[in-house]
Amino acid sequence: MMWAGVLVACAACYALKLAGLSLPARVLEDARVQRTVPLVPIALLAALVATQTFSTGRHLVLDVRAVALAVAIVAVLLRAPFLVVVAAAAATAALLRLL
Amino acid sequence: MASTRTWSETRRGVIRDALGIGIASGAYAISFGAISTAAGLSLLQTCALSVLMFTGASQFALVGVIGAGGSVWAGAATAALLGSRNALYGVRLSSLLERRGWKRVLAAHFVIDETTAMAIARDSPAASRFAFWATGVALFTLWNLGTLFGALATHLVPDPKVLGLDAAPPAAFLALLAPRLRAREPLALALAAGVVALVCLPFVPAGVPLLIVAVVVALFGVLRTRG
Repeated sequence: MMWAGVLVACAACYALKLAGLSLPARVLEDARVQRTVPLVPIALLAALVATQTFSTGRHLVLDVRAVALAVAIVAVLLRAPFLVVVAAAAATAALLRLL
Repeated sequence: MASTRTWSETRRGVIRDALGIGIASGAYAISFGAISTAAGLSLLQTCALSVLMFTGASQFALVGVIGAGGSVWAGAATAALLGSRNALYGVRLSSLLERRGWKRVLAAHFVIDETTAMAIARDSPAASRFAFWATGVALFTLWNLGTLFGALATHLVPDPKVLGLDAAPPAAFLALLAPRLRAREPLALALAAGVVALVCLPFVPAGVPLLIVAVVVALFGVLRTRG
């Protein structure tokens, strides 16, 4: 089941890339498409940040991940590289659990 | 051939930039390999994602949803929704790249944020094509090496929570999101999307709040354009 989902997702992502190169430009240059598509990653990434920080399964929870996110926000504001942002958040959670 | 020297200088500059981008994203792929393995995907599945999907935000979303207990299908749908922006990049690139044959089929795989940014910043179609392929090849190579390294390293750790790896995905999503928040409207949209996702969360299976957010933002985008 995992493999099926992984491969379908890969195929879908490739199809979207190929569609951009292949479809007549007017289909994707429609004003609604041009205005809406760039909003999708912003909304989805923000929703991923929120749900993966403040929930476990279907329960809203507040734990060390919230502090880890705060550290990540500071790292982003300081323009730290990607790996540093992620490592700082992980290290924060790991250290707080040791206390 | 008065332009030969300029062209070789252009190529050198492009290769230098492409390697810089490749190295940066190789480091970022290490965290993808680690997060994916910690989420419960096998080494082979993790590497297959980097070879076959090859679009960072979608890969992080798929393994993030699975790691949070969502179904692989909710993860797959989120990955595809995040991949929709690559279709718009394709539109911008189609006039610069080969229109026909196997090269276009291969080029499509490389249509992502970084290759698009590198290609459209050039002042001739030849330089754009060169920048696209150089960035694509450098990124593909280092992205996959980084993934393998991160996945192998995490395989050695019995409990990823000890390393705080469950706190890594939100930080990764935040780092992907931050460059898109340079104005007030996207910031408001991001906050609203986070609130909507959390409000839905107790009532639907894991991963589904993301799909609800996608539907809401699509409606918002279409209605706003009409008005």
